[in-house]
Amino acid sequence: MPTKIEKDEITGTETTGHEWDGIKELNTPLPKWWLWTFYATIIWSIGYFIVYPAWPTLSGNTKGMLGWTQRIEIAQRLEEAKTARAPFVGRIEKASLDQIRSSPDLLNFAMAGGRSVFAENCVPCHGAGGSGAKGYPNLADDSWVWGGALDDIHTTIAYGIRNANTQSRVSQMPRFGADGVLNAKQIDDVAEYVLSLSKRSTNADAVKRGETVFSENCVACHQEGGVGSTDLGAPNLAANIWIYGGDKATIVESVRNSRAGSMPAWTGRLDDATIKMLAVYVHALGGGK
Amino acid sequence: MDGTSPPDADASANKAGHVAVEDAVSTKVQKAAAPLYVSRIKVHPKDVKGLYRRIKWAVLALCLAVYYLAPFLRWDRGPTAPDQAILIDLPGRKAYFFMIEIWPQEVYFLTGLLILAAITLFLVTSLFGRLWCGYACPQTVWTDLFMWVERKIEGDRNARIKLDAAPYTAEKIVKRTLKHAAWIGIALATGGAWILYFDDAPTVVRDVFTGNATLTQYFFIGMFTATTYTLAGWAREQVCTYMCPWPRFQGAMLDDQSYVVTYEDWRGEKRGKLAKAAPGVDPWAGRGDCVDCNSCVAVCPTGIDIRDGQQLECIGCGLCIDACDAVMDKVGRPRGLIRFDTLANQACRAKGEPATHKFVRPRTLIYAGVLAFVGAVMLVALLSRATVELNVLRDRAPLFVTLSDGNIRNAYTIHVLNKTHAPRDFTLAVSGLQGAVLGVAGSDVAAAPVVTLAAKPDSVATYRVFVTVPSQSVRGKASSPVRFDLKPREGRGHADYDSVFLAPGR
Repeated sequence: MPTKIEKDEITGTETTGHEWDGIKELNTPLPKWWLWTFYATIIWSIGYFIVYPAWPTLSGNTKGMLGWTQRIEIAQRLEEAKTARAPFVGRIEKASLDQIRSSPDLLNFAMAGGRSVFAENCVPCHGAGGSGAKGYPNLADDSWVWGGALDDIHTTIAYGIRNANTQSRVSQMPRFGADGVLNAKQIDDVAEYVLSLSKRSTNADAVKRGETVFSENCVACHQEGGVGSTDLGAPNLAANIWIYGGDKATIVESVRNSRAGSMPAWTGRLDDATIKMLAVYVHALGGGK
Repeated sequence: MDGTSPPDADASANKAGHVAVEDAVSTKVQKAAAPLYVSRIKVHPKDVKGLYRRIKWAVLALCLAVYYLAPFLRWDRGPTAPDQAILIDLPGRKAYFFMIEIWPQEVYFLTGLLILAAITLFLVTSLFGRLWCGYACPQTVWTDLFMWVERKIEGDRNARIKLDAAPYTAEKIVKRTLKHAAWIGIALATGGAWILYFDDAPTVVRDVFTGNATLTQYFFIGMFTATTYTLAGWAREQVCTYMCPWPRFQGAMLDDQSYVVTYEDWRGEKRGKLAKAAPGVDPWAGRGDCVDCNSCVAVCPTGIDIRDGQQLECIGCGLCIDACDAVMDKVGRPRGLIRFDTLANQACRAKGEPATHKFVRPRTLIYAGVLAFVGAVMLVALLSRATVELNVLRDRAPLFVTLSDGNIRNAYTIHVLNKTHAPRDFTLAVSGLQGAVLGVAGSDVAAAPVVTLAAKPDSVATYRVFVTVPSQSVRGKASSPVRFDLKPREGRGHADYDSVFLAPGR
């Protein structure tokens, strides 16, 4: 409130009555157009409150005249996106994996779709870009436990590994130590032999003993020379790639207690077209055969 | 003393200094007494004929013709590129200007163009004054056009002043409606022409009239219609005096050797109405040539009086010169009381000395030099513009992959920019790593030291490329520099990119 009304001598305009360090301010009202704009926004807001959901009430909120909500809108958008994708999805469903790979526009669509599905479903275990982690295979390298061809990858994704699905890939490594099949010395020797397969052993005698243990217990699955078998899901032990780690202690631990990594079946969670796109995407990460 | 001081104060203040101070104080008060804010005084420029008016019409016609017709010029760029000579293709992320074609990462050419335009403005202004403001500025051109329409419909200055003051009769309503309809028509054409620069012009014209243009196109037509109508119809000289930054610093480019619109006050003053003199007596004796007819003020589009000297509002259009020359002809005095001249010349003329105009001055030399330099840099940049470019992004997940044979592999996303209008094959090689081989993701071709990448015309081809290196090449090094080299299979050009190759480091 003005403390006292006084007129400025020079302009004849009233001052605001305040004084700051000897400076007074003229009481110049806001321009009319500005005020009218302000009033118009108030009226606009009232209309807005009526038309759109706005007021919170004890049991929810006002619905507005249009029945518009962001939920409805996003549902519509999702529906539109689905419609837009439908022709491609239809083609992907019909095409074989090789046809998808050889058709540039299908491949492009599958790569984009695969990338986003991979990020949502696979990255927690296999890492961004399929980089893997301890216990979870790297999908970008050239070593595959169950095979790296398009069809192999597709089957692995669709039915998973060691799960309740009847078609899931299954194989079981015995618990050589825990079940008393091999003693600690034998396990140590066979671990030394496994190290020698990737030329890292330092104990030739142990390797020699381990070779016998290996040929008696491990060759059936891991094959002669430890090269592994994708049919049996037996990892290649001669390559320098290790899912759980390639140091001796880890190898000893694997032989003693066995390993049985599991992956869910994605059939039923993802539709067929999506699984195909994922297979094509994973194949293209760099390891596909 | 201004007479307001009491006589006894006069008597006591016999010291000259005291008097001077009193004087200064009283002028200050008088000046401040003018209101701080004056409502706009509407300017009703009078029609005028003469040299400068003719030049102004010619420039106006030229500017409008260029603006409206330029989008229809064609320029053949082959089947894969648009054939519009001047086009800013926003969806295609390209800009075309005759033989010049600019990609988004070359937007510095636009910066260079703006710098060139600015320096040209500096140079022209320092030589010839505010030619831009008076003749070529869009605000001037469209305002002039709108005034012409106004004059055709509502009549000249006096008729318009009368019409403004008159109550709303049928005649006034008809005239006003006609005027605004014509203005909006021109504004629509202006806004419509604007969008022609962003799409194929003939198609856009057809689409707009058949209702098939996009909402964006209609929106921009509407926006530019509204701004043209408001700025050229209503705001007019207020744009120049209040909104535009140019007059503020164009003044800084002028010196007393620049050509400006000037009033020869040494010849015009003391001004006054021409009185009838007795026979045999020279009516011009003891007075200046200015007959105070106010014609120069009446024709001024910004409503100023040039006889007050140089001022910010003067856009240097010279219409007052035309008006004054006509009056000088009528009263039988020499033309050029208001003229296009330099302030230095005016000073010489006033003293009766020969003109001293200097065309070449440090200021003009510097502007011309900078202009030539920037122009040369731009030209060199344009002529040596590469038609191939390479961008390499290293994949970050995984950072590197150890293969079963112990080799190390890194993946890179490669962007090959083919800026020609023909499809081209490129070869990609890496250097800096012993035994490196390249493979292309999704391709069944075996890894090799050199791979071939194809790129469509005028586009960016994206490939994921694997670089595989024997482990002994990178043993002990977590990071090694690697250079990618890209060459077209045929023709000139070359691009490279320095990146790094990551390895376990043991």
